Amino acid sequence: MTATVDRARRTRSLVLHLVCVAVGALIVVPVWFGVLGGFKDNGQLSTNPLGWPDPWRPSNYTDILTSGVFWRQLGNSLLIAVSSTAIVVAAAAMAAFVFARYAFRGREFLVTLFAIGLMFPFAVAILPLFVLLRGMGLLDNPLGVILPQAAFGLPITIIILRQFFRTIPAEVEEAAVLDGCGSFGFFWRVLLPMARPALATVSVLAVVTSWNNFMLPLVVFTDQSWWTLPVGVQAFQGQYTAETARVLAYVVLSMVPALGFYAVAERQLIGGLTGSVKG
Amino acid sequence: MTRPSTVSKTRHGDPATDPPAPGPGTARQRGRQPRPGRGGVLALFLTPALVLFLLLVIAPILVASYASLYKWNGFGLPENFIGLDNYTRAFQDPTFRGDLWRGFVLVLLSLVVQLPAALALAMLLNQPLRGRAAYRLIFFAPYVLSEVTTAVLFDLVFSPNRGLGDAIAAWLSADAGTVFADPDTVLYAVFLVVSWKYFGLYMMLFLAARQGIPKELSEAAVTDGASAWQAFRHVTLPLLGPTIRISIFLSVIGTIQLFDMVWVLTRGGPIHSSETMAVTMYEFGFRRFEVGYASAISIIMFLLSLVFALFYQRIVLRRDTAGAITNQGGER
Repeated sequence: MTATVDRARRTRSLVLHLVCVAVGALIVVPVWFGVLGGFKDNGQLSTNPLGWPDPWRPSNYTDILTSGVFWRQLGNSLLIAVSSTAIVVAAAAMAAFVFARYAFRGREFLVTLFAIGLMFPFAVAILPLFVLLRGMGLLDNPLGVILPQAAFGLPITIIILRQFFRTIPAEVEEAAVLDGCGSFGFFWRVLLPMARPALATVSVLAVVTSWNNFMLPLVVFTDQSWWTLPVGVQAFQGQYTAETARVLAYVVLSMVPALGFYAVAERQLIGGLTGSVKG
Repeated sequence: MTRPSTVSKTRHGDPATDPPAPGPGTARQRGRQPRPGRGGVLALFLTPALVLFLLLVIAPILVASYASLYKWNGFGLPENFIGLDNYTRAFQDPTFRGDLWRGFVLVLLSLVVQLPAALALAMLLNQPLRGRAAYRLIFFAPYVLSEVTTAVLFDLVFSPNRGLGDAIAAWLSADAGTVFADPDTVLYAVFLVVSWKYFGLYMMLFLAARQGIPKELSEAAVTDGASAWQAFRHVTLPLLGPTIRISIFLSVIGTIQLFDMVWVLTRGGPIHSSETMAVTMYEFGFRRFEVGYASAISIIMFLLSLVFALFYQRIVLRRDTAGAITNQGGER
């Protein structure tokens, strides 16, 4: 009796594992193909797309890592991601504080306005933004990407933070006020420290969004020295159409920082995504 | 334009704190203890977000809607007013009509392939399984890769004569090198790449929702003699309803905005067969300098998103998120 139950359970778990491995393979194999492909040359790629490189040719990777262009793009991506995240989180935290803890005429209107902002695709605003930035002389200036990205990140960031700020009991605020905190003191010394997990979550979301943004840097930066990684990868592909292995190496290297960040911040990212949907 | 009665004159004279309130205002504001300098605090805290948002999100939308009424090349000021001609032109243009159709196909594919697959996997990962955390980590990983990186990778995976695609196709005795070059297959190929990147997101959302459902519920159903499938169908699935509806919503909005992936993989080709609204807009706006026409397309995209969102909010989500977009009350 127990033996059959046991066997049924084992078969079932085996099937589950097989399904998981199959799906996992769909994800891992293309990336693995890229990693190995970077160590091959085109001849090897066509005769032996999936096998181990023979011989291993690290030159594709080392060329990219020693050229400086890749590092500059990485730096640009990093600068833009960190700056726009700092701006969006600061501005959204202040607004969310007011939306969460104050009643005033017009609040619902403003909250709705920001919520509608969730519907604005970059594509809708990109043309007038381009004209506007050109008028302001912000083309080929990192601010031309940082500020619009921060602005577009406001809706989701405000929504998540507002939800969190509302969970903090009024008693906490009353106690702080009794202890002589003004509104600003309460926000700065009590609310923000309490909201650390929520702040981490929205920061991670903002970093990932900024890191992967393509359309805006594509139109704002004509000067190659400001290119971010996505723009760089795409340009590299255009430049070396015939050299698949070399482009694979570039793609793989540009994935490394994103995957590294994911390994570190996976919990916040998932928390942020699921949290924003619950909103 | 009335200020809350408790407001001492704002130091900033910021109009942000008193926009006309079309919605129901909060009723509980009069007769509360006035705070010192409350209006000032409001203005101070709201200003950065409002300035950024009005200047860089709202203003561009307004400019785009204005520009969409002109024949304009993007230089100087729009002067050649043509009314709604850009809009009628869009709806007569076979490419743009094709964009709408292709968007519809992509949404449909997502509904019948991507979301069910994500749901099934989420249920699977909800079982006790050794290495569950590792599987979850891997399935979700593509979400953090940029669409561009993903697109370039798959472009190479399917590149003729030296890709992984060929190796797989040889098995299937098909011709993988041409999936992105064949008008009949290109849209499906794009869809597969999009799904590769995003299905982990939906799986994650379903999984989180599933773990929020008390175990006792489905267990009780099974105890009462329901099969595992019946328990899922009649207990779990209805409880996942809100998340499923939100996922459908995200999927539709995402499809309306799809640009990066298509631009890098195919530029919308061959012969427009993988083109999306955003690609058409980019093409006209940044390549042919028909900024008026491109603006009209971007406004149509916006209106589609907005109308869909409002309709969805009213009809579909009403039961789930009574007031997610406008949180009434709950003031402090």
